[in-house]
Amino acid sequence: MADVKRAARPLSPHLQIYRPQLTSFTSILTRITGNGLIVGVILAVWWLLAAATSDRYFEMANAVVTSWFGILIFTASLWAIWYHYLAGLRHLYFDAGKGLDIPTAEKLGWACLIGSVALTILTLLLI
Amino acid sequence: MRYLTDRKRAMGKGAAGTGTETHWYMTVSAVALAFMIPTWLYVFGSALGGTRAEVVAIFARPFPALLTALVIFVGMRHFAKGATTLIEDYAHGTTRKALIILAISISYAVIATGFYALIRIAI
Repeated sequence: MADVKRAARPLSPHLQIYRPQLTSFTSILTRITGNGLIVGVILAVWWLLAAATSDRYFEMANAVVTSWFGILIFTASLWAIWYHYLAGLRHLYFDAGKGLDIPTAEKLGWACLIGSVALTILTLLLI
Repeated sequence: MRYLTDRKRAMGKGAAGTGTETHWYMTVSAVALAFMIPTWLYVFGSALGGTRAEVVAIFARPFPALLTALVIFVGMRHFAKGATTLIEDYAHGTTRKALIILAISISYAVIATGFYALIRIAI
């Protein structure tokens, strides 16, 4: 297999030629929110470590966490967690072999998008 | 003497030899997190913005401490496997190996830091 000649073969339809669809968009967003959450988690655990360590360290970490930057990260993370939560539940539903027809899958996609924003606002009001 | 045929021993294990282990782990941890996250968000959100004494008082209680420990552990293992899948889709060769090792290391570092903080608050 070492010297296989590379022939100019046609490529199969690639991602960029597809029309953007709600189903693919919500699927990609699941991955982005899930992996992006590491930023908020690291900030939260660092803040907890500071609380466990000393007054001075906590003062510094708390200043970062309650600054506009910290509030932005945590608000974005809160939405990301709720989006990933709903999209994850949708995946469990898909795994059971249900909701895979296009009208239902699109409705579930809208449910994830609208639901995540609603739950974020609800959480912010509660805490 | 082997009683199972070669085919029977290989079935369901796939190319990696571990079958659907990752998918099943993600399913189990997703269900666990689905039960824990709403309550944990409330606990963490209530602690956020408080003074150090208030924060320590919250996480010194058994329920918030245990819930936080579980959320960090299960969440970070869920992250490590999810990030590995992401990396496997886009990176190849040595870059892929290095990034996967990095993702797994970050997950364990966060677990260790979280546990250390919780234990230090508890004692």
